[in-house]
Amino acid sequence: MNAIIKEISDSQVKPEVAPFKVGDGVRVHTRVREGEKERIQLFSGIVISRKGSGIHETFTVRRISYGEGVEKVFPVHSPNVVKVEIDRESVTLRARMYYLRDRIGKSANKVKEKRLVERGAKI
Amino acid sequence: MGETPPTAWIMKLALIGKKIGMTQVYDGESRLVPVTVIEAGPCPVTQVKTSERDGYNALQIGYSTRKEKNLSSGEKGHLKKSKQSSLGFLKEVRLQELPEQKEGDILDVSLFADDAKVDIIGVTKGRGFQGVVKRFKTKGGPASHGSMFHRRIGSIGQCQYPGHVNKNQKMPGHMGGVRRTVQNLKVIKVDTEKNLILVRGCIPGANGDLVMVRSAKKTRNGKS
Repeated sequence: MNAIIKEISDSQVKPEVAPFKVGDGVRVHTRVREGEKERIQLFSGIVISRKGSGIHETFTVRRISYGEGVEKVFPVHSPNVVKVEIDRESVTLRARMYYLRDRIGKSANKVKEKRLVERGAKI
Repeated sequence: MGETPPTAWIMKLALIGKKIGMTQVYDGESRLVPVTVIEAGPCPVTQVKTSERDGYNALQIGYSTRKEKNLSSGEKGHLKKSKQSSLGFLKEVRLQELPEQKEGDILDVSLFADDAKVDIIGVTKGRGFQGVVKRFKTKGGPASHGSMFHRRIGSIGQCQYPGHVNKNQKMPGHMGGVRRTVQNLKVIKVDTEKNLILVRGCIPGANGDLVMVRSAKKTRNGKS
């Protein structure tokens, strides 16, 4: 990458990003503007993919909302993504968890939790 | 007719620059904006042309450097007049009124403010000999069912009347490598220290190509 381009991109990148990974259950705090007012909106679900690098990096959060699958893509370094809280860590065998899209019911939210795996449960 | 703003002639000044490449940047409202980074100027004025002497008003500006041994003696003599060292490129910027600048003055990116509109002039990437589907975006035929008509140009006219192929008939040929102007691109950021301009969207040419950055010609009420 060109040094100038890299410098411009890097200056936009957040110095610290929550160390969430694919499979983790997260709560994303986003800043929403409604007219003049600003408020924080929450979106919680499972991170099913994290791709791109530098300023282009995004992650996708999936949740089941009123029986309907909902996905949102967030840029990691957006100033509007205020905070990403990690609810539960998990252990996955995939870099992208797109197979969750085909699942219905209880299994749609099923990822192997880290605390259980560490206790000896099978992946 | 409204009064022409006093800065009207400044608006049309231009700089020579280099396309660095594209990236994304967050603007003041936290929106991710695609930008092209252009390294423009500083451009010393090497000659001032006036309508009295030359028949039109213009500034000749230079950019970048070249080794002295690579300059012809004609070029050396010309640059000596404006007391410039060996400049890589010289370009002329036509102006309506007599320019305020003198020979030896240096133009830089401070000509352009944030949120201003600029035109970018450059040479598009050469694409070689191309067919009509790529070159003129014609539709092309069906891929299968034995159509035997895939990416051809189709009919190029009628029979005895007019008896010849119409002018400007779209046909295969050389594509790209021509001068193109992109108008009214928004300036997202100007870095006077590093001589950089960040312009919203894409511009013609490959990274590293020479481009001209000009204040937008067709802005509303002369406003940028």
